Amino acid sequence: MNPTTPTTSLGEPNLTAIAFFFVFIAITLAITYWAARKTKTTEEFFAAGRSISGRQNGFALAGDYMSAASFLGIAGLVSLSGFDGLIYSTGWLVGWPVVLFLIAEPLRNLGKYTFADVVSFRMKQTPVRISAAIGTLAVVAFYLIAQMVGAGNLIKLMFGISYELAVVVVGLVMLAYVLFGGMIATTWVQIVKAVLLLFGAALLCFLTLAKFNFNPAELFAKAAETYGAEVLAPGKQVANPWDAISLGLALMFGTAGLPHILMRFYTVPDAKAARQSVFWATGLIGIFYLMTFVLGFGAMVLVGREAITAIDKGGNMAAPLLAEVLGGTGLLGFIAAVAFATILAVVAGLTLSGAAALSHDLWVSVHRKGDAPREEQLMVARVATVVLGIVAIALGIIFKGQNVAFMVGLAFAVAASGNFPALVLSIFWRGFTTAGAVTSIIVGTLSSLALIAVSPTIMVDIMGAESALFPLKNPAIVTIPLGFAAGILVSLFVPEKTARDAYDAKERRMIMGTE
Amino acid sequence: MNDDIRALARARWRVAILLSTVVFVIYFGFIFAVAFEKEVMATELVPGLSVGILAGALVIIGAWLTTWAYVAWANASYDTRLSALNGKKP
Repeated sequence: MNPTTPTTSLGEPNLTAIAFFFVFIAITLAITYWAARKTKTTEEFFAAGRSISGRQNGFALAGDYMSAASFLGIAGLVSLSGFDGLIYSTGWLVGWPVVLFLIAEPLRNLGKYTFADVVSFRMKQTPVRISAAIGTLAVVAFYLIAQMVGAGNLIKLMFGISYELAVVVVGLVMLAYVLFGGMIATTWVQIVKAVLLLFGAALLCFLTLAKFNFNPAELFAKAAETYGAEVLAPGKQVANPWDAISLGLALMFGTAGLPHILMRFYTVPDAKAARQSVFWATGLIGIFYLMTFVLGFGAMVLVGREAITAIDKGGNMAAPLLAEVLGGTGLLGFIAAVAFATILAVVAGLTLSGAAALSHDLWVSVHRKGDAPREEQLMVARVATVVLGIVAIALGIIFKGQNVAFMVGLAFAVAASGNFPALVLSIFWRGFTTAGAVTSIIVGTLSSLALIAVSPTIMVDIMGAESALFPLKNPAIVTIPLGFAAGILVSLFVPEKTARDAYDAKERRMIMGTE
Repeated sequence: MNDDIRALARARWRVAILLSTVVFVIYFGFIFAVAFEKEVMATELVPGLSVGILAGALVIIGAWLTTWAYVAWANASYDTRLSALNGKKP
């Protein structure tokens, strides 16, 4: 089996892709219509009326988390570098047990719609809410940029339309889901997408392994035969061991600080369902990463590195090209539509969590001191959604052509350093104070931003300097401890009796849940 | 708030810390091996299956097992005691 020469229909309008794409849009808009009729209050708009079961939420969490970056990006990385992709896959998975053990149940018991609810539950509302909203919006912004730019490139490549039009289409469609259907629509879109993505990946895996007697080792051996044994071993990605450790820390603890993921925990009725949803999500996401690893090698062997890099230097088209080799333009079209669905689902979740920060945390809790009529809350939530949708489109267009792969890493670093320490300390430490919470979030967020700004990715790769001020690509190994240290030290120096007392008062609710 | 509830919370906290440590050790064991033991990771056990690939798959399986262990404990032990405490309160 020789690598095929680069003759592919990628880039030309693909009728199957467009047909699947319209089918998906039709189904999801029908879901949105159904959801819109049920969305009358903020509880439905932000938390789906707490009507989602543990298993359904598990699928939705998986759908929210498995982005085009993990499907196309990891398959692409594995197709070009082999083993190294597994470093990202494992990192992106091991965050979930951490969420399960430390976060899921207390979060659901203590909060209402957002992670800021939990961090501020016994503190002075205004300063903590504002800081938590900043932490949320920072992560959402970077994640959105990465998704929108990726979406523009991907759709342009797959459907042959212009980049700007692609970004606008993604923005408008996802805005329809969120604006009219809120969390109910978003949840079900994510569930549908998760099923499609897992099915698509499984199908590709099945077809790939069929050529190798269903023995993955045979596939890997063939790859080593063609490209050398180094594809089976750690390569360039971990040239600097400290970089690997820092990245690992960001991936492991960042998951527990992602606002759009945390928000999903409020859609289930109680803590036990929250626990079950992480159980399901971990299983599904783990299977997904095992599959993308196989797919990457499949693309390496059946498509070939030259063909993959000819279309896109980063290797992002490895999975679609594999689909084309295995099943022609039909299967390519299906996978293209699945990738598009993937982007929509993630962007919708991000927009909703940003809208919650703007309306629930800032407008209602800070500006209106927690007291606003229900119609006003819902209206502000919708206005915030539109604002964020427009911002998402604008960001996608502004960052056109930029190398934004590092932005996902940035989002995880900020989530791990700014959001995660404050969340954990709020839940587990009686002595945590308002000043500590504010300092922890601000220090964690700003230090991650600052150190990434002077890291090799920005200074050398993007700005062309000789060397960077900060040697690591990911600052987590420095900034996560900083976030914790800031929170702990400030709380010890400036103790707050009211926060302590409030912890005791709310401790029962945190453990037992509300009746 | 009574001592039984606090004791239950502490039991959960102990299980959570224990399992978190297990996952942490498994994952960072993998990362350290990848960073510092490249030759070992490159060794092929059967043609195609390097130690590294097997190790990565084991990390994923390890994540599943710890998750399953927590849920099994919580469903069996924690939930039972929690509903007993709920039933007992006046």
